[in-house]
Amino acid sequence: MRIVAVCGVGIGTSAILKVNAERALDRLGLIADVDASDLAGVAIAAADAQVILTSTELSAAVRQAIGRSFAEIVEVENFFDVDEIGAKLEASLG
Amino acid sequence: MTTIPPLPDTAVVLGARADDWRGAVREAGRALTRSGATRSEYADRMIAVIEEFGAYIVIAPGLALAHARPGSDVRHEGLAVVTLAVPVPFGHPHNDPVRVVVGLAVANAEEHVASVAKLANAFNDAGIVGRIARATTPAEVRALLGMEAAAAPSEVEA
Repeated sequence: MRIVAVCGVGIGTSAILKVNAERALDRLGLIADVDASDLAGVAIAAADAQVILTSTELSAAVRQAIGRSFAEIVEVENFFDVDEIGAKLEASLG
Repeated sequence: MTTIPPLPDTAVVLGARADDWRGAVREAGRALTRSGATRSEYADRMIAVIEEFGAYIVIAPGLALAHARPGSDVRHEGLAVVTLAVPVPFGHPHNDPVRVVVGLAVANAEEHVASVAKLANAFNDAGIVGRIARATTPAEVRALLGMEAAAAPSEVEA
């Protein structure tokens, strides 16, 4: 299973989302590769991903960038809230 | 690179006053430049990221992570912390207003993930933004971020 964490420039924000998604997956007992990507690279990065994690603010741009894709876009409000990320991942993957 | 970038006193501004989000980000840019991590143009690039992509950098209630891509204006990896005397809206639907701006500069996109993971550890504590916002010394900010020892090298004169 592959998850891509997306932010505008592919550093900082997406890296935080990546580490907290890994933490949330660990708590849920799920195994997945989580990569960080910038918006410009998301179409390629998410080509074989099940889930794209991003902020509410970027979700429309992500949707436009990936075009036709099977990946589900999950919007995260608080990038440090592992409970929020876990609950949303569980709802999406479960 | 597995540690949080150092946070010297020169990179910490407590109780800053900013008219708007641009002023708040610029304050973080000045702190990064003062500490030697970036050249002054980096502040403009941090602002440009928000102008292009929106306020998504407000990643938790009250907390903005200002940053831009690696570039020639980044001299070395660096961190800055700015607390605002009066919280400033960035235009984020959930996490406004911002009380703490963390400025981040990285020289290499691949290498910084581990250091950001350490930073994430500190911020996973839900009360941390409020505590940083109320901090009265740079040392207190470093202690809250679990990085007291990391400050030593650049503060020999102090």
